[in-house]
Amino acid sequence: MVDPRISVIDDRVRKVGRIIAVSSGKGGVGKSLLASTLALILAGKGYSTGLFDLDFTSPSTHVILGLKETRPLEDRGIIPPVVHGLKYMTIIYYSGGRATPLRGIDFSNAFIELLSVTDWGGLDFLILDMPPGIGDATLDVIRLMRKPRFLIVTTPSPLAFETVKKLIGMLRELDIPIVGVVENMKTGFSNIQQEYRKLNVKFLGEIPYDPAVEENLGNVDRLLKTVFAKEAEKLLEHLTG
Amino acid sequence: MHEWALAESVIKTVLRIVDEKGIRKVTEIKIKIGEMQQLEYEVFREALVQLKPVELKDAEFIIEVAETEFKCRTCGLKWLFPKKELGEDVLEAIHFLPEVSHAYLRCPRCGSPDFEITGGRGVWIESISGVEKNG
Ligand SMILES: Nc1ncnc2c1ncn2[C@@H]1O[C@H](COP(=O)(O)OP(=O)(O)O)[C@@H](O)[C@H]1O
Ligand SMILES: [Mg+2]
Ligand SMILES: [Zn+2]
Repeated sequence: MVDPRISVIDDRVRKVGRIIAVSSGKGGVGKSLLASTLALILAGKGYSTGLFDLDFTSPSTHVILGLKETRPLEDRGIIPPVVHGLKYMTIIYYSGGRATPLRGIDFSNAFIELLSVTDWGGLDFLILDMPPGIGDATLDVIRLMRKPRFLIVTTPSPLAFETVKKLIGMLRELDIPIVGVVENMKTGFSNIQQEYRKLNVKFLGEIPYDPAVEENLGNVDRLLKTVFAKEAEKLLEHLTG
Repeated sequence: MHEWALAESVIKTVLRIVDEKGIRKVTEIKIKIGEMQQLEYEVFREALVQLKPVELKDAEFIIEVAETEFKCRTCGLKWLFPKKELGEDVLEAIHFLPEVSHAYLRCPRCGSPDFEITGGRGVWIESISGVEKNG
């Protein structure tokens, strides 16, 4: 009994330039917001960009993008719909927003299924919105995807640092490239930057807490005008360089 | 038709196995398709035939549909894919992504969404028959 799907995964992302996994040890640090915003900014600059929401049990990028009712086209595979200039994949197309509890094996099966049938075509960037931690999704991205690079999101909290440290430790051990760490939702002074420098990871910058974000979720044009987006844009050189 | 994408994965995997095992002439490839994925049998077969490379020219495809079985992790009940009870939209969603059955199906006894798909999920290669090199 052999699962044939694995053998074509490489083919499906062959024409993808860079795969960026937006990741963190913690939830609620802004991964989905940053992944979506960066993808939109890249697309706006003319890079052909895909966004793949891998938080199958708690997907949220569709809310950030203000997704309207749509489903992928079926050709000789599945063609992701273009949403605000992004080739966009989310489990929401199929779960219809219902609670979809998945255990590890189910996550892997769903991930392998979507990877093996989704035709991303040529892309400069495929941005992955990761669930928190070093569980199923992170392990599967490392196991199944060609050369992912991890962009790590944290907050000034020592609690975030504690979990991100473990993510960094694992990526290092497995020799997976780390783009660097972004400190999000900064409000006052913090010396988290020093802590990351001690770990020898590149500190890419800080993004302040921006109250305008919440009221502009779902409205992409306005979201891109927020301080959050302006600061996120400064990270681009680390992705494109 | 995403049957084509799946057929492509079957052909590629068969070629890999044939190469690894040193099979000289493949005569039969047995493929199972899980009932819940509701692949269009004819489309899938046609895709396999069209995609068949010369290395597999003597191979016959045997495609069988396997019943889908679920087992509740909470109460242990086993049951079959309740196709007739599901609407077209739900069936289509499950066709694309069998795991979203966890959004639409519940254990008929205890109502739990925590069940296992114990058989007949997607596509798999059951066996490859042929003549081995030096054999
Ligand atoms: N810099 C920021 N300023 C204000 N709100 C933010 C900022 N970054 C993220 N948020 C908000 O914080 C919440 C968590 O963000 P989200 O992207 O869902 O995190 P994660 O994906 O890491 O769980 C969301 O409501 C999001 O809009
Ligand atoms: Mg998220
Ligand atoms: Zn039950």
